[in-house]
Amino acid sequence: MINKIISVKEAAEKVQDGMTIMVGGFLANGTPENLIDAIVENNVKNLTLICNDTGFPDKGVGKMVVNKQFKKIIASHVGTNPETANQMNSGETEVVLTPQGTLAEKVRCGGNGLGGFYTPTGIGTEAEIGKEKKIIDGQEYIFELPLKADVALLKASVVDKKGNMVFAKTTKNFNPLMATAAKVVIVEADKIVEVGEIDQDRVMCSGIFVDYIVGGDK
Amino acid sequence: MDAKEIIARRVAQLLKDGDVVNLGIGLPTMVANYIPEDIDITFQSENGFLGLGPAPNKGEEDWELVNAGGMPSSIIPGGMFFDSATSFGIIRGGHVDATVLGAMEVDEKGNLANWKIPGKMVPGMGGAMDLVVGANTVIIAMVHTQKGQPKILKQCTLPLTAKEQVNYIVTEMALLKVTNEGLLLEELGPDATVEDVIAATEAKVIVSPNVKRYNFA
Repeated sequence: MINKIISVKEAAEKVQDGMTIMVGGFLANGTPENLIDAIVENNVKNLTLICNDTGFPDKGVGKMVVNKQFKKIIASHVGTNPETANQMNSGETEVVLTPQGTLAEKVRCGGNGLGGFYTPTGIGTEAEIGKEKKIIDGQEYIFELPLKADVALLKASVVDKKGNMVFAKTTKNFNPLMATAAKVVIVEADKIVEVGEIDQDRVMCSGIFVDYIVGGDK
Repeated sequence: MDAKEIIARRVAQLLKDGDVVNLGIGLPTMVANYIPEDIDITFQSENGFLGLGPAPNKGEEDWELVNAGGMPSSIIPGGMFFDSATSFGIIRGGHVDATVLGAMEVDEKGNLANWKIPGKMVPGMGGAMDLVVGANTVIIAMVHTQKGQPKILKQCTLPLTAKEQVNYIVTEMALLKVTNEGLLLEELGPDATVEDVIAATEAKVIVSPNVKRYNFA
């Protein structure tokens, strides 16, 4: 069996200047904080972020925003981190605000081999600007493209050595979607267990998507 | 009873037994406090669960169980957790009966603006655009005016959250139903008159021939 367990430091080095990263979590709930801290320390720059939101200045991906590591941010909400607005207003960072359901589905499409999807969300709003529209059964839809990343950074509560994951409660959010949509997938685990210790019925996302596992010391 | 309580109580009466409901952050969250005991509502939380329960007591917070505002929450027996794609599948798929949201502006066509003030505040739409399009009934819960200025307009001036999706506007002064003809005044708040509502509303108000008063008895 391939050993997927590496150190946080080794994992953080997988993220290089200019890459596109996906980070799991919703307002930092379900975000791999130790990986984020290590990437802040590495100080890689010009990254593109795909995440539900930009967390808080001292929590989640917000710490990377404060450290000015992103040239572009794709998120549904940035209101809890004033630093994102500062960088957006100064022109340092491009922020692409995307409806949350559309963002989730774009990631899902990216990981599921689909070329995009039609959604009614955003019709008649700024979200439709520049996008193809189509009427299906009398209803108007916007065409949205998939999203993929170089690296996905996930958080799970229990992970076995093959990378099979269990997410606690509301920490699931974008994590299992992003697991499928990046070239390199790293999961930060609260607890790492032997293969077989997680009942197959309880596995929420397969280890086939996971390249590296860190943590396990909670 | 303050304005917010009046609004929350009246919105609660619009919900039906068996409904799946998503409440926005802030005032809309208060609606959960006034659901009659014989009415069974399943609350959906767009960050990933059905069966949202009351906020936990101090000292009993679980930071792995948060609501869509990122604050510790609870889940009731019979609830379940899911990922964000499933959550918004539930929302866009028409499986949410009603959503209750606040507004910066709402107009007589049922257009809603609540996510952006260009140049001032650009927090993002979060899940609001999906919710307003996907929920079968869209209820706006808000105080009637902002510093004396109307928020219920002929036409929204701020960037829209969704086009022509609002069904009801509930304020401390009035319950307005969005119809093809315009805003129909169906009920008055405890202290408001028809003239008060017309004066505080920029949009044209059509007065129902049998206007009632909010009844919290």
